[in-house]
Amino acid sequence: MIPVAFDYVRAESLDEAIAALSEHGDEAKLLAGGHSLLPLMKLRLGTPSVLVDIGRLSELSFVRDEDTYIAIGALTRHHDVQHDTIVLREAPLLAAVAGRIGDPQVRHRGTIGGSLAHADPASDLPGAVLALDGTLVARGPAGDRELPASEFFKGFLETTLAPSEVLVEIRVPKGTTGHSYQKFVRRSQDWAIVGVAVARINGHVGVSLVNVASTPVRATAVEQALALGASAADAAEQAAEGLEPTGDANATPEFRRHLARVLTRRGLVEAGL
Amino acid sequence: MSILGNRVLRKEDQKFLTTGGTYVEDVPLEGAVHIVYVRSPMAHARIRSIETSEALESPGVVAVFTAQDIDLDPMPPGAPFANRAMTRPWLADGVVRFVGDMVAAVVADTRERAVDGAELVFVDYETLTPVVDASTAADNPTLVHEDAGTNVVLRLPDDFVSAGIEQVAAEVDLFEGCDVVIRQRMVNQRVAPCPLEVRASAAKWEDGHLTQWSTTQAPHSVKDTLVQLFELQPDQVRVIAPDVGGGFGAKIGGYPEELFVAWVSRRIDRPARWVETRSESMMTLGHGRGQIQEAELGGTRDGKLLGYKLTITQDAGAYPNFGAFLPVMTRLMLTGVYDITKTEFSSCSVATNTNPTVAYRGAGRPEATAAIERMVDIFADEIGMDPAELRRKNLIGKERFPFTTAVGTTYDIGDYEQALDRVLEAAGYAELREEQRQRRDSGDTKQMGIGLSTYVEVTNGIPGSEFGAVEVLADGKARVRTGTSPHGQGHVTAWAMLVADQLGIPVEDVEVIHGDTDEVPRGVGTFGSKSLQSGGVAVHQAAERVVEKAKKLVADLLEANPNDIELDKENRRFHVAGTPSVTKSWAELVEASGDAGLSAEVDFAAPGPTFPFGAHIVVAEVDTETGHVSLERIIAVDDAGRLMNPLIAEGQVHGGLAQGVAQALMEEMCYDDQGNPITANLADYAFVSAAELPSFETHPMETPTPINPLGAKGIGESGTIGSTPAVQNAVVDALSHLGVRHVDMPTTPIRVWSAIKEAKGDR
Amino acid sequence: MKVEVGVNGVAYERDVEPRTLLVYFLRKLGLTGTNVGCDTTSCGACTVLLDGESVKSCTVLAVQVDGRSITTIEGLADGEELHPMQRAFREHHGLQCGYCTPGMVMAAVSLVAENPDLDEHHVREGLEGNLCRCTGYHNIVAAVLDAAQSSREGAW
Repeated sequence: MIPVAFDYVRAESLDEAIAALSEHGDEAKLLAGGHSLLPLMKLRLGTPSVLVDIGRLSELSFVRDEDTYIAIGALTRHHDVQHDTIVLREAPLLAAVAGRIGDPQVRHRGTIGGSLAHADPASDLPGAVLALDGTLVARGPAGDRELPASEFFKGFLETTLAPSEVLVEIRVPKGTTGHSYQKFVRRSQDWAIVGVAVARINGHVGVSLVNVASTPVRATAVEQALALGASAADAAEQAAEGLEPTGDANATPEFRRHLARVLTRRGLVEAGL
Repeated sequence: MSILGNRVLRKEDQKFLTTGGTYVEDVPLEGAVHIVYVRSPMAHARIRSIETSEALESPGVVAVFTAQDIDLDPMPPGAPFANRAMTRPWLADGVVRFVGDMVAAVVADTRERAVDGAELVFVDYETLTPVVDASTAADNPTLVHEDAGTNVVLRLPDDFVSAGIEQVAAEVDLFEGCDVVIRQRMVNQRVAPCPLEVRASAAKWEDGHLTQWSTTQAPHSVKDTLVQLFELQPDQVRVIAPDVGGGFGAKIGGYPEELFVAWVSRRIDRPARWVETRSESMMTLGHGRGQIQEAELGGTRDGKLLGYKLTITQDAGAYPNFGAFLPVMTRLMLTGVYDITKTEFSSCSVATNTNPTVAYRGAGRPEATAAIERMVDIFADEIGMDPAELRRKNLIGKERFPFTTAVGTTYDIGDYEQALDRVLEAAGYAELREEQRQRRDSGDTKQMGIGLSTYVEVTNGIPGSEFGAVEVLADGKARVRTGTSPHGQGHVTAWAMLVADQLGIPVEDVEVIHGDTDEVPRGVGTFGSKSLQSGGVAVHQAAERVVEKAKKLVADLLEANPNDIELDKENRRFHVAGTPSVTKSWAELVEASGDAGLSAEVDFAAPGPTFPFGAHIVVAEVDTETGHVSLERIIAVDDAGRLMNPLIAEGQVHGGLAQGVAQALMEEMCYDDQGNPITANLADYAFVSAAELPSFETHPMETPTPINPLGAKGIGESGTIGSTPAVQNAVVDALSHLGVRHVDMPTTPIRVWSAIKEAKGDR
Repeated sequence: MKVEVGVNGVAYERDVEPRTLLVYFLRKLGLTGTNVGCDTTSCGACTVLLDGESVKSCTVLAVQVDGRSITTIEGLADGEELHPMQRAFREHHGLQCGYCTPGMVMAAVSLVAENPDLDEHHVREGLEGNLCRCTGYHNIVAAVLDAAQSSREGAW
C-alpha cells in the first residue's frame, strides 16, 4: 500500500521532462495519470527512485482533426477520448475502447499515452491503436520519431521508446466505416481475458487481439481471408492462427484460442461484415 | 398502531453520510506506533534464521519482535475439541504453515516506516512439502503439525461418539425401496469474506488498564480473552468495537494479529495500532466454506425421496478454527426442507498449509443447502420430473411443525409449500419454461436456465443469552444498552423501535449504546443471525419491565391500583383509566423514582433456535459459445417470522443474495499446488460489482415463530443460503438439454464451456 | 515537499513525502470519512472529487494535486442540509456498515453530474469501480436513480 520512497520532479516543460529522464536513466519513470504506474508502486512491484511528473503539460492534452488523420495528445485522458466529438466521429473504435477501460474514476485519470507506453498486453488501447495502424510520435533529446504501432509493442511491458523519450502524440487514420470492441471479462472493471478490436477502415479491415500474447497482435490470417472475400464466420476461424496464448486462473490456452475465434466473428459482424 | 413492522429510516445514516463512521483506523491515538507483520511467503517451511538487525536500524523503527521475545501464554484454542498440537503460536516458532503466517512484528513511528522496516527483515527458510489438497490430506504422510501426529482435526460422528456427546447412529438400509440412486461429487469452494473494512486493532495502556479497539463482532468475547491472557481483572480491560465495516462471521474471534497489539503496546509502553492491507487480508483474514462433498440421493421413480447420504471433507487450514466445525452445522441442516427419513453423514476436517477457515455468512448451512438442492435437481433431471414438482412432492407439510428431522433437528415453524408457490408465481414459472423451450427449439446461442432452491436454515443456533437494558432519562428520553454488536445491521434503529413501541418515546429520542464493554456490562455479539431474537427480545422485555415499573410508580403517586394505570403512548403520559386529565410524564416519573431510577436489565435466553426458510428462483442466460453467464432475474421469497423493520430486513436479504450469487457465479479463493494464494487481492479475486447483478425481486412472507415473544427469526444469512444453489441450478438447467448434469462452482466461463464441450463429446 | 490543496473549500498547506497518497493526505487532515478498502485500485472506497470529477484518491499522489481542488464526503452537505444524493441514500437504505458509502456517494455524484439522464444499466456500469459487500447494490442503484431524477428537476 505504501510505495518505496522516491524523489519527485515536476516537469514544467516537455524539454525539462526529457532532460530529467536523460539525467536519471532507468532510475526514473514518467508520471502522467499514474494509473498504470502507481498501482505497481503501491505493491512495491515497481520501485523507481525518481518520478518525473508530466501531468501538468496541458499542451499534450488535445484532439485535433489533421485532415487525413486524428492527432491525440498523449496526456489526453481516457474519459476525454471516450467522449470527444472528433474521436467519436473519426475514430469511434478508440472512443469505444477507451470507455471500457477500468471504471469512471480510472478513466478520469488514466491517459492514452500512459497506457500505450506502459504496454500491458492485457490493456485495451494498444490493441485498438494497432488495429487502426496508428502512429506514435515520441520526442527525445535527438528530436521527434514517428513509430508505427505495428513496431511499437515489443514485448511484455516493453516498447520501442528509448529511455529518454516521451510519447507525445498518437495519430490514427480517418476513414472508419465500422468498428467493434469485443472485451471478454469476468467483471465489468476487469482486464480483458481476451479482447478483439475491429476497424473497417479505408477499404480494409484491421483486427487485433488483446491478451493472447506478450503484446497485442494483428490477426493477419483473418484480415487476409477477408481481403480474399471470406465471410466473417469463415475468416474468424483463422483468428487463433499462430497464437500460443498462456493459461491463467481465468482461461486455458485452448479457451483463449476459442474465444479469439468467437469474439473475432462477433466483432466482424458488429463492424458490419 | 405499533411502529413495529414499519419501514423506519435508519438513525445511523446521518453520520455515515456526512462525516463518515469512526472505524478503528480513524480513532485518534496520540503518539501511537504502527505495527506491520512480516509474513511467510512459503506455505510450509522451517525457519532457519531471522535477521532483524537491518530492520532495527531502519529510520523510525522502534522494535522488532519474533517468537523468542514473547512472554505470553499461547493463544486460546481456535475451536473447542481442537488438537492442542495444532494451536496457533503468536509468531511462527520454527515452522511456518501457510503463506501469510506471521514471522515477525515490526514496530515504527509511522506506518510508512514500519512498512519500510518490514522489508529489511530477512528470513531464511528451508522449504518443506506443503499439504494443499484437502481431499488427500487425511492420508498424506506430510503433516502440517508434526506434533499432532495427524492432519485430521475432527471426524464426525466418530469424535463426538468417542467423547460421549452422541450415540452411534442406528444402522439403516439407506436406499431400501429406491428405484433410483444418484451420486455426485461437488465442491463448495473456499471463498474470501471481503468485508470492505479490513482488520485493525489499537491498544493503549494506562496504569495497568488496557483499552483495546478492535474490528470485532464480539467485543465482550475479545475482552474475556484479553483478561485471561494478561491475567487482569475485568475492570482493567475495556474493549471497544467502534464502527465496524462489515464482518460476515470472519471478524468474530480475536486473531493473533489483533490481540498481539496489546502485548506490543505494553512491552514498549506506547499506544499501538495495526491496520492490515487488503492483500494481507485476502491471505490471512479467515476464509469461508472449503468443503468437498460426496452426495447420494435415492428415491422412487415417481419422485418420493427416501434416502440421503453426505460425506464431507472440510478444509480447516493450517491452524484449525471455527472452519473445522462447519460440518457440525451442515449436518444440523442436512435434509433441508424435505421429509427424508433415512440419512447417513460423515465428515473429516483436515489441516492443510492454507489460511484457516472460519464462519462466513451461513457458516455450514449454505453448504448443506447447496448440496441437497443440487442433488434434488439432478434427481429431477434423472427421472424427468420438473424440479419444482419434485420439491413439492417432498416438502415437510406446514401442519407437521414443530418437526424433528432424521438428524434430530427440530424446526420451529414453516410453510415451505407456500414459499414455493409464491416464488413460482412471482417468477412466472410457466412462461419462463415456455421461453426456455422456444430457445432450445431454435438452438439459440444464448440459452436460458431457471434455477430453483427451497431452503430452511437455523438461526441463533448456539445456545446462550443476550443482554439488554433500558433506562429512562431525566429529560424523558431513553437509553438502551445492548450486548449485540451491529456492524451494518441497523440495531440502533431497530432497538429504538422496540423501545418506542413499548414506551411511546419516539425513535429519535432513544439512544442505543453498543460495542463498548465499559458501557455494556455483558454481551455475546452479533453473528449467526441471532441478534433480533436474542438481544432484540432482551431489549423488548427490558422495555416491558420499565413500563411495569413505571405503572407501579404512577399507581403509588396517584394512589391507584397498578392494573388501572394506562400509558398513552402517543402523548407519552401515564394516567389512571377513566381519569385522563391527571397524568405523569416519563420525566416526572424519573424524578419521582429518585436514586432507584427507572430502568430494567434482561438477559434473554431463547428456548431454542429458529428456522427461517424460503424459496429462490434465478433466471440465467448462458452464452453457449463463450460460457459466459449473465443473471437476468433473481427472485427471492424469504420468511423470517415477524419483521420489525422491513426496510432493514430487505437490506439484509439483498446483501445475502449478492454474496450467495457471487459464490455460485464467480468468487473463489484459489491456491496453486505449492500453497501460494493466487487470488489474493481485489483485482484478482472476483468480488462481485453492481454491473454483474440485476435488481432483486424480493417477496416477504411472515410466519411468526412461537419461540420468542417477538415472533422473529433471524434473516441475515437467508439470502446467501437460498441464492447460491439457485444460481448453480440455473446454469446447469440452461445446459441440461445438451447433456450437462453438473457444473461445479464458481460457474466461470471456462467451467461452463468445458462442461458443454464434454457433454457434446469433444475432448 | 510543500503542497497546497483546496479541500471542501478550505486551503491546506502541508509538507509531504512525495509518496504520500492523496487518501492518506486527506485523512491526516482529519477528514477520515474517505476510507481505504483495498490496494489494487479496485474498490472505490477512497473516491473523492478532483475539480468535480470522481477519482480514486488511493491512486493519486498528494503532490499531483498541488493547487487543485478536492471535495470529500465531508464537503458534500450544505451546512445542515444534506445533498440530494445523501438524502436519497438514506431514504432508500443504500448503506449498512457505511464503509464504502463516502466513496460510493462521491462516485454517484460525479456519475449523475456527467449524465443526469442515466438509467439503471448506466448506474450499474457507472458504479463498476465501487464495491460494496453489505447492500447487494440494489438500494444504492435505487438511490442514485432517485437523486438523478431530482437533478433533472433542477434540485442540483
